[in-house]
Amino acid sequence: MVEDQGDIFKKSQEFLELVNQQKDFIQEVLKENEKLRQLLAQARSQSHDDGSLVREEIEVLRKRIESLEKEKREFELRQQQVEEENKDFAQRYIEIEEQNNNLANLYVASYQLHSTLDFQEVLNIVVEIVINLIGAEVFSLMLLDEKSNELVVLGHEGYESDFKFPNLRIGDGIIGDVAKTGEPYYINQAGKNYEVDFEHPIACIPLKIKENVIGVINIHRLLVQKDAFTAVDYELFSMLAGHAATAIFSSRLYSQSERKLTTIQSFLDLLTTSQSQG
Amino acid sequence: MENLRFLIVEDSPTMRQLISFSLKRFKGCKIIEAVDGVDALKKLQAEEVDMILTDINMPVMDGLKLVTLVKSNPRLRDIPIVIITTEGAQEDREKGLQLGADAYVSKPIQSSGLLKIITEILEKEKPS
Repeated sequence: MVEDQGDIFKKSQEFLELVNQQKDFIQEVLKENEKLRQLLAQARSQSHDDGSLVREEIEVLRKRIESLEKEKREFELRQQQVEEENKDFAQRYIEIEEQNNNLANLYVASYQLHSTLDFQEVLNIVVEIVINLIGAEVFSLMLLDEKSNELVVLGHEGYESDFKFPNLRIGDGIIGDVAKTGEPYYINQAGKNYEVDFEHPIACIPLKIKENVIGVINIHRLLVQKDAFTAVDYELFSMLAGHAATAIFSSRLYSQSERKLTTIQSFLDLLTTSQSQG
Repeated sequence: MENLRFLIVEDSPTMRQLISFSLKRFKGCKIIEAVDGVDALKKLQAEEVDMILTDINMPVMDGLKLVTLVKSNPRLRDIPIVIITTEGAQEDREKGLQLGADAYVSKPIQSSGLLKIITEILEKEKPS
C-alpha cells in the first residue's frame, strides 16, 4: 500500500514536473509568438513605409519626365525657329553676296572711268565695261557732235567689218529719241538672233551730265551665255549714264585744252622768237 | 586657305581689277598681274603661284597658247588654270579644257561663282 502510495506520489511528481515543463514550454512558445508578432508588426510597418517611398519616387520621376518632355517640346520648337532663322540667314547671305558683287562691279567701273584723262582711253574703258561687266557682244558708243547735232559712233564692238555706222539725228528713231528725252530704253527678253539694226537696239542708254545728253550706248546683242539683263545691269546702266558721261566730257575738254595750250605755246614761242630777232 | 598666290592674265585693266577684287576674299593672298601670255610667262619665271586665271583673247600671246606652254613645262604644269573669257560657246570651253585648263568661267563673272570654282580646285589640289 505504501509502495502504491509512493508510486502514486512519484507519478504525480513526474506528472507535475511534466505539467511544469509543458507550462514552461507554452510560456516559451507564447514569448516566441509575441516576438514574432512584434517582428511581423515591425515588418508590416516597414513595408508600408517602403511602399509610400516608392510611390513618392515614382511621382518625382513622373514629374521629371513631364518637365523633360516639356523641355524637349520647347527645344524642338526652338530648333524649328533656329532652322527658319538659318534659312533666312542663308538667303540673306546670298543676297549680300550678290550686292557685294554688284558693288564691286560698280566700284571697279567707276574707278576705271575716272582713272585717266585720255579721251581714247576713256572710250576704251567704256567699251570694256560694256563687254566685261554687262556682257554685251555687239554694241556701239555714240557721241553727240555739237556742230552737226548728230550722234556719231566713236567706239564699237562685235559688228561685221563692213558694217556701215549711221549718223543719227536727235529725235530720230529709238536711239534719237533716247538722246532727246534722256530716258533709257530696254527690251528685256531679247533673243540671241536679234538683228543688229540701229533702228532696233535691245538697249539704249543715254550718257548724261545733269540733263544734257552727250551721247548714247546702243546694245544690239548680248553674249551667248547671257540670256537677259540682270538687276546689276540696270545699276551699271544708271552708273554709266552719269560717270561715263562725265569721264568722256572731262577727258574731251582736257584733250581740247591740251591742244589749245600747245597752240598758244607755239604762238608765244613764235612771238618771242620774232621779238628777239627784231 | 590662306596666303595664296594668284596670277591674273588679262589685257583689260577693268577685268584685272574686278578679278583682284574677288580674290581678295582669300585671306593674305598675293595677286600678280600680267597683260598677256608673254608677260605671264615672265612673271611665272620670277614668282611661284598657286593658280593662274587667264583670259583667252589677248594681244601678243593668247590664253590658249599660254595654257599649252604652261602645261608642257614640267616646273609649271601642276599649277591649276582657270580660263575667264567672253567666249561662251561649248567648243571654246572644250578647247580650253582639252589643253589642260582646270575650269572655265564665262564673263560677265559672278564673284561668288568664281570663288566657288577656285575653292573647289584648290581643295582638290590640296595634299591629303
